Amino acid sequence: MTEAKVSMQVREATPRASVVDIKGEITSFAENVLMDAYAKASGNGASAIILNFNDLEYMNSGGIGLLVTMLIRANRQKQSLLAYGLTEHYQQIFELTRLNEAIQIFGSEAEAVAAV
Amino acid sequence: MTTNSESQRVEPKDSAFWADPVSKLSVSDVPVGALSLNVEGRQVVSPLQGFGQLWQKTYRVWLTEAKATPAEAVSFLKQSLPALMPDDSRFYPSVSGVQPGEVVLINATLPGVPGQIATGVMVLYSDEESFTLMCPEGHPEAGWNTFSAFEEDGTTVLQIQSLARANDPVFEFGFRFMGGSKQQERIWNHVLAQAAEHFGVTGEVITRKTLVDRRLQWSQVTNVWYNSAIRSLLNLPVRLIRKLFGRES
Repeated sequence: MTEAKVSMQVREATPRASVVDIKGEITSFAENVLMDAYAKASGNGASAIILNFNDLEYMNSGGIGLLVTMLIRANRQKQSLLAYGLTEHYQQIFELTRLNEAIQIFGSEAEAVAAV
Repeated sequence: MTTNSESQRVEPKDSAFWADPVSKLSVSDVPVGALSLNVEGRQVVSPLQGFGQLWQKTYRVWLTEAKATPAEAVSFLKQSLPALMPDDSRFYPSVSGVQPGEVVLINATLPGVPGQIATGVMVLYSDEESFTLMCPEGHPEAGWNTFSAFEEDGTTVLQIQSLARANDPVFEFGFRFMGGSKQQERIWNHVLAQAAEHFGVTGEVITRKTLVDRRLQWSQVTNVWYNSAIRSLLNLPVRLIRKLFGRES
């Protein structure tokens, strides 16, 4: 199986919000890395998970599927999912796949944190 | 010299693989023999806009001892998908084939539904080793199917993975109680088995099902307005009358 070409660092932005810094490629092979990051981000009882896409290099439809699965898990835990750092290209993909209707997109981390 | 961050942004390497954003689907050409209904003017829908339980279903076949690379296997799938489909579920790609943004018309039969239902899908994503078909409003499912291949321990694995939920309560009932779900699994097993046979393999297709979200999304109950089975059925007399007048004139 092809290996994931992505790393994710989790940090606490506020006691209620965790940030996941994504670096690399989001494809279906990133499933374990993404779900581990989600578990870590939720570990401190955060009610909001903020995804930082500043260093996203590549994403295919398998990656979008993972984000949907993550969103469903977050909704089940009554958490909100937010995103920032998306280039215009990736914002268009969120629009095309209608993920933008469920994941709030912001221009910066400060804006995302302020919205929590 | 320009040094601002905008000029330094590199075009993402996946940009050519995605469909352009569309608000409504448009059917530019109707292949011979296809019935084009319930696609023109419809919006595409992700699993988030559907009604029923959300399932991820993964079908895999190992092309053991076949020489095909993942890219060759996917190229074959793109070219041969219509021929690989069973007789009760016909795919009609446009002349351009499986290209991002293209519409593939579908004419199929469903258990318990008289006549054919006409619907379609949009090619959401297409690269060398995968492509994804996304459903529109009114389609039995809300979500997408990804066809891909990858290498595992020196063997090419051909995979179809759906992430979808029934679009409305009628289809949810059909999937759960009228054999719709079984029919869907039979279709993708058939496609993979046929593809494997092309590569000289008679391997078993492995199916893995995961219930991602068991809840029904009652906020999406009005999706039934676009139900392609009901609309195809209602359109049947119109088509018959047109055919009759066409013959008489």
